[in-house]
Amino acid sequence: MSIWLDSKSKIVVQGITGKNGQFHSEQMLDYGSKVVGGVTPGKGGQETLGLPIWDTMNEAVDAGANVSCVFVPPAFAADAIMEAADSGIELIVGITEGIPALDMVKVKKYLSSKDTRLIGPNCPGIITPGESKVGIMPGHIHRRGDVGVISRSGTLTYEAVNQVTEKGLGQSTCIGIGGDPVNGTNFIDCLEAFENDKNTKSIIMIGEIGGSAEEIASEYVKEHISKPVVGFIAGRTAPPGKRMGHAGAIISGGKGTASEKMKAMERAGIHVTENPAELGTTLENIL
Amino acid sequence: MNIHEYQAKDLFRQYGVKTLDGVVASNPDEAAKACKDLGGKIWVVKAQVHAGGRGKGGGIVLCRSADEVYEAASNLIGKNLVTPQTTSEGVEVRKVYVEEGCNISRELYLGIVLDREKELPVIMASTEGGVEIEEVAHKNPEKILKVHADPITGLGDWQAREIAFGLGLEGNQIKNCIKFMKQLYQLFVDLDCSIVEINPLVVSSDNEVIALDAKINFDSSGLFRHKEIEELRDTNEEEPLETRANAVGLNYIKLDGEIGCMVNGAGLAMATMDIIKLHGGEPANFLDVGGGADSKQVAEGFKVILSDPGVKAIFVNIFGGIMRCDFIAEGIIEAAKEIDMEVPLIVRLAGTNVELGKKMLSESGLDLIAADDMDDGARKSIMAIGGGK
Repeated sequence: MSIWLDSKSKIVVQGITGKNGQFHSEQMLDYGSKVVGGVTPGKGGQETLGLPIWDTMNEAVDAGANVSCVFVPPAFAADAIMEAADSGIELIVGITEGIPALDMVKVKKYLSSKDTRLIGPNCPGIITPGESKVGIMPGHIHRRGDVGVISRSGTLTYEAVNQVTEKGLGQSTCIGIGGDPVNGTNFIDCLEAFENDKNTKSIIMIGEIGGSAEEIASEYVKEHISKPVVGFIAGRTAPPGKRMGHAGAIISGGKGTASEKMKAMERAGIHVTENPAELGTTLENIL
Repeated sequence: MNIHEYQAKDLFRQYGVKTLDGVVASNPDEAAKACKDLGGKIWVVKAQVHAGGRGKGGGIVLCRSADEVYEAASNLIGKNLVTPQTTSEGVEVRKVYVEEGCNISRELYLGIVLDREKELPVIMASTEGGVEIEEVAHKNPEKILKVHADPITGLGDWQAREIAFGLGLEGNQIKNCIKFMKQLYQLFVDLDCSIVEINPLVVSSDNEVIALDAKINFDSSGLFRHKEIEELRDTNEEEPLETRANAVGLNYIKLDGEIGCMVNGAGLAMATMDIIKLHGGEPANFLDVGGGADSKQVAEGFKVILSDPGVKAIFVNIFGGIMRCDFIAEGIIEAAKEIDMEVPLIVRLAGTNVELGKKMLSESGLDLIAADDMDDGARKSIMAIGGGK
């Protein structure tokens, strides 16, 4: 039915008492996600939104949580992610934007010895429509269906999802992998999971300038993905050497341009659209 | 964030990374005095601008007397320097760095960056110093030596040795190079750098390994824990509108087109620029108002966009997630009170609180063009300035 997240997932929010953590915990509960509590060191034993607060992630896991959603500010976010991984949680969704890149290098090294999956950071999160959402995306634009969505950006993902929904189609699971240079789950992890998910029938993949993740993922699609894939790369008009908002979205040394990435996608048989408003139409046409 | 060569070399010295002695000067008199203070018989006067390719642009001058230093400084300071990396107008030189001369026996290249594929810092070195390293990477990739450092254990001695031997160094040069690289790596990690590049790295005739040039770029996300680095920022080197937008927490990049863009989210902001171009228009800027902006920031964003004389229309493209459409509407209304919206305003709202946002805008009596979706918005923006079909 979906990948990595379903109606049974029990969610703990790290940083639940912060402004964003609080607001989005409420939104997740409204959507029907099973948020079981939050972690804010020093506030253990208190309650918020009618849910328990714990001091540590170990307590959250003891209470049954298996997914964590991180809203902890950048200075402390790397530590929060490693704490979550050490607690044995299955999935960590890092929402925090602005974590120093070298902190993430350490986090990745640390995670390599753990069984935990990290999505993000600097991402909108993951949603399995009708079952559960972990993150900050507007729930109401999603609809249960069989299109898997993977994207490096936030609002552009909403754009794609909305187009799919307006065509009368729906999504199996949507994942924002985040716009930072070093992140957890990558395109290939998502592609592999969607290929193996019998309820996902097609895939939308949205990349952006910078790095070479899209090129590497396109190679993977060519070799391993049998389901139709629609692709878009943001940033064709971006000037080189300028960081376009996301820390990872920068063309440097002539590498990471949108046209190279689109070419790599086309070579892999991905249905590339140059118009971000035509993701839904492109998908409809090939189905 | 970039800094100047003289600032980077100050940091190098703090880390025991060998550089030549030098003094920064803001006028020719200071420059002439600097060379006397430094002593010696030969000096190099270097324009302090962030752009690379200074040598090719005439920004690096070899001098053999205080008079020559004075002359070189007066030819550079206050003038625009054009290099292969600047626009044809060039950038204004405000300071020069006067550095002692050095007997060079070899010119090499050394750089440390984050390798995004391997997700580790990579130390790159090459015997092809002093030339464009991208060109070397392209034509002779085998001439670039690479080692990846472990984030926990750091750069190992054996890894530094591998580079030193690979560069063909001998005797004391090897020991000096290893020390140099390890100190430089420490600086890279401690200061949250995203690039540290030395081109050329030189071996002197007395076997010292010295940074002849120094370029550092810092990870903006790491600056919160390096206030001392933040103070090195030279806003003269930045686009004024970008500095102004950054000051209120907006992410703005100026481009050369006619259609100003206000968007939430970096990906959607890029896609909005792309779709304008696709329909035959030219975007005037990238502007991501982010997820947490309030109506005041939105209003400031409008002012920044309108300060660009090239802007002939503004396309607001919002897909509310964290950002609520009513905040955007409030920001538009507030901005319209303070400044004359002399150009057509095209607004597309979707997502969180969209109905409320639309209602606020229609009740405000503002003269704006509503768009159904981003394609419609891009087309209407282009039509509003008399283009498109």
